Parts: sequence; structure tokens; C-alpha cells
Amino acid sequence: MKNGVASIRQIPWRRAAPDFRNLGVVLRTLLLVNGFAALGILARNGDWSTLPQELVEFAALLEPPLIAALVLFYLLQPGLRRLPTVLVWIVVVASAAALAAAFRLVLAGVEVDGAPDGMGRAAAWGAVAAVLVLSYFGLRDRAFSPAVAEARLMALTARIRPHFLFNSLNAVLGVIRSDPRRAEAALEELSDLFRVLMQENRELATLEEELALCRQYLDLERLRLGERLAVKWDFDQCPMDALVPPLMLQPLLENAVYHGIEPAATTGEIAIAIARQGDRIAIDLANPFHREGRHHSGNRMALDNIRERLMLFFDLEASLDTSVADGEYRVRIRLPYRHKARPA
Amino acid sequence: MSEELRVFIVDDEAPARSRLRVLLADLAPELPNVTVGEADNGAVALAWLNDAPADVVLVDIRMPVMDGIELAQHLARLEPPPAVVFVTAYDQYAVQAFELNAIDYLLKPVRALRLKSALEKAQRAATLPADVLRKLAPEGRRHLSCSERGRILLVPVADIVYLKAELKYVTARTAQREYLLEESLTQLEQEYAQRFVRVHRNCLVARGAVAGFERDHEADGETRWLVLLKSVADKLPVSRRQWPALKTTLAEAAHAEK
Repeated sequence: MKNGVASIRQIPWRRAAPDFRNLGVVLRTLLLVNGFAALGILARNGDWSTLPQELVEFAALLEPPLIAALVLFYLLQPGLRRLPTVLVWIVVVASAAALAAAFRLVLAGVEVDGAPDGMGRAAAWGAVAAVLVLSYFGLRDRAFSPAVAEARLMALTARIRPHFLFNSLNAVLGVIRSDPRRAEAALEELSDLFRVLMQENRELATLEEELALCRQYLDLERLRLGERLAVKWDFDQCPMDALVPPLMLQPLLENAVYHGIEPAATTGEIAIAIARQGDRIAIDLANPFHREGRHHSGNRMALDNIRERLMLFFDLEASLDTSVADGEYRVRIRLPYRHKARPA
Repeated sequence: MSEELRVFIVDDEAPARSRLRVLLADLAPELPNVTVGEADNGAVALAWLNDAPADVVLVDIRMPVMDGIELAQHLARLEPPPAVVFVTAYDQYAVQAFELNAIDYLLKPVRALRLKSALEKAQRAATLPADVLRKLAPEGRRHLSCSERGRILLVPVADIVYLKAELKYVTARTAQREYLLEESLTQLEQEYAQRFVRVHRNCLVARGAVAGFERDHEADGETRWLVLLKSVADKLPVSRRQWPALKTTLAEAAHAEK
């Protein structure tokens, strides 16, 4: 686990190449290139009535190389990720230009007004489109990182409930004379927990680390709540090396305890199921639902925080939904299965 | 005070109770006190304190079943009412309200010296005034208490269909049975203005329990209206004075539901 931390740091937060295996990146690329082409057509169009016709015909020329390029980059993605920025640009721009030219040659039979005349012009169009896409993702990356995103991530993760800290300290003081060993263990857990909380949580953590943290947290809560807290784990099907935003699960458990366990005098159960479904990780969390009296704080904030961080790390490929059904409050997280490079 | 101070502890967390117990024992040489009992929520505490009085009750705010603020409201009605000291880990809203109303409170983790000064203050101070507690819990108590054969029964306000004043008591009707409360109908009307509506000089009905109205012909030829209820067969007469106001508020409520 110790060298696990070190190797996670090898995946830089700022990527040189956009992640072409990410649905959000693919969608944005499609929109961007098509929008760019539409603008070009609009600029040279002389007559409104022929515009739809021209758009359709141009699309017939544009989409095949564009889709081919996306497929190519999808396949190249693992290699692209390791290249320095300059090489990524050269590879992407060159292959876009080559694909555009090649498709021009294949589709030479189709004559369309306003389409690039020769292979040279097709290559130029492809190169310009590639530069445009890369610049966009470069800018976008810069907008989200490092200064802005780091500051936000730190602010986001710093929000632990003071309620938990003070109650835990009070509980430790409560057992310190009768059960000094339990008090010792609790203080050790508390310091481990706060060490993670106060780190700059900028890199992804493994599920294993996250689950260890959750256990320590729940152990502390058990000191306070005793029999009232029951936890059901189900992660037989879950790959422990999966990467997740750090402190993704612990705040959810804190919510579950605060809203699901504390308001009831009898035992309540928190159920956590984590499983791999193909190339995705599914996390489901359920706790008893109580209508809140005058106590409602921070629930939305914690959820928004996690959703925002999922978005920063995984873009559109991750999702977080909540629902209330059968007296249970449920949180459902889906995220892509990423793991750190295994030592060769 | 030469006698020992009788202290009762209410907190849902066992270690928190044991912390207070230990601190009280530590303070005993300087401030003679005895812990007369503990409870893990407001409802249990109320049942206990009804027959075993205490001088001071240390009350956690956030507890299941009945929270600390509601417990304080019920305790204020006991004879004689014990002094209440609130204990909280972190509750910005409650702390704000305490500061505003000059109510003494303890923050967890509780310190011996603070506990001592709070107990000394509680010995002297009068009980918390009802209007201050009302401010802390603007939506009112969630239970009404009813004393029956020496036991305290708690009636969830949400279950009450109607409240009727009879002689010196108020009867609370739930779907199952009736309870006799030592309350005043006027005060209940103020406390639960959102939940209950007055249909008659002596009767409040839960807005959500109204099924409809029925015309009733009286012997003198005058017509009057009766309220029909969803979960109870009783029909409640509407006084002529309340009828116009009642008709509009309930119509608005029905409209809002759509």
C-alpha cells in the first residue's frame, strides 16, 4: 500500500493528450469539428436556399475521416498518454491530415461544391481541425487546472463535518479512563483519518486505500454509536486497484451515519456494494431514510462536492445519482475502471 | 445549598454519558452532586423524570425519538421544573439561538470547569421561559405528553386528528384512541398554527385529516356544517363564525395540493 501511493502520483493530473477513450472528449471533438465545418460553409455560402443541401453534402465528406480519426486515437490512447506534449501534437495533427487526404482520394468520385479540391487541401483541413481540437482541450485543461482546480479540490475536500470531529473527541474522552486501549486505538484512527483529510488530495487513490479509510472512519463511529451502527459490505467482485477520487466514499458514509443512523434509536444498517461491471465500477450505498426534523446540514454540499470531483477526474463518464425508495436513501455512483500501470 | 445536587444525564451516545458521569464525580468534592439517572433519548428521560425528580438535567441536543429542545419544553411543564443545561458538539443554529437568548450551554468535549460553572448557574437560575423554547423550536413539539395512571404517554402530534376542549382538559383524538392532555386549546392553536385549524370555539382539526363537509339540519331549521374526517367516523360541528374562514383556508390548501 505504501508504494501504491507513490505510483499513483505518476499519473499526472495534467494530461498532455486529451483522453480519447472518454465519452465527453469524443462528443466534444465531434461537436467542435462539425461546428467548425458548418461555420466554413456558412462563410462561403452565397444563397440561403442551398445551405441545407451544402451542409449535408459536406457532412458526407467530413464524417468518414473524422470518425476514422477518432477510432484511430481511441486505439492509440495508451501510447499517446505516455508521450510528451510536442509529440502528441505532431502525431495527432499528422494523422488527422493523412486521414483527411486518404479519404479524399477514396471518395474522389463524389464531386461536391466547396469540398477541398485536392489531397493537399484536404490534408490542410484535417490539420487545422486537429490543431483546433487540441488547442481547445489544452485551454480547457488549463482552465480546470492547476491553479483553479487544485484550489477547488482542496477547498472541496477540506469540508469534514465538525460535528464528527468534536463528537469523536468527546467519545474518546468518555472511554479514556474505563478503556484506555480503546481510547488509544481511536486516537490513532483519528490521526490517520485526518492525515488523509489534510493531504492535498489531487491525485486519484486506489479503492483499497479508500476502503481502509472507510473502515477506520466506521470504527470511530462505532465507538460513539455502539450497536446502533450496522454495516454490510459487499465487494467480492471489486478490483482493489481501481482508481477513484480520494475521499469519495468516506463523506458518503458520514452522510449515511448522520442522516440514516443517528436519528434512530434502534439499529440501522448501511449497505455498501462495489462491483466491476465490464470496464466500469459500480458503487451502491444505501441507508435508512428519516424525515429530518430541524437538523439538516451539509448533505447537498457533500454530494455536490463528490459529483464535482468525479466530473473533474472523469468528465462525462462518471455519474452520481441519489434516490429515496422503500424507506431507504440510495446513492449510486458509476465510474470508468482505471487502474495504475502494473509493474511490467 | 447544603444537599447534594441531583443531576440527570441525557445523551444518545454511551461514551458521552460516561464522560459527563466521570466529570461529575470529579467535581463532587467541590460541588456535592449525585447522578440520579441517565437516558439515551428525550422520551426515556421524560418518563423517568416524571417520577424521579432531578435538580439539573444535562441535555444533548441531537438525539433520536425526542431531541433535546423538545425535551426541555416538556420538562418546563413538570412540577417543579428542573434546570436544563444543553450540551452540543456542533450545532451552529442551536448555539446561535442560545447566544441570542442568553441560555447557558456546554460544548463537547465538555470541560470540568465549564461544567461546574454551568451547574452553579443552573442552581440559581430560573427555568427556561416557554417563549424562548418556542423560538428554538418554531415548528412546535413533536409530541404531546399525557399522564395516565402515573405513567407519561407521548402522543405524536402528527397522529392527532383533532383536539377538543372539555371542561379543564383537552382531548386529543388519534385514529386509535383518545388522550386527556393538560394543555390549553388556545396555546396549542398558537403552537401549531400550520397544522391545525379552528372549526369551533372548542375544537381544532388537523388540516390533513379533513375529508369533506356535510350539511346538517337542526331542529330550529337553521343549517350548519359538519366536518368529515378521513380516519375517524366522528363528525365535528363547525361554528357559524368559523365557517367562512374555514371554507377559504381549506379550499386554498386543496388548491395548493394540486
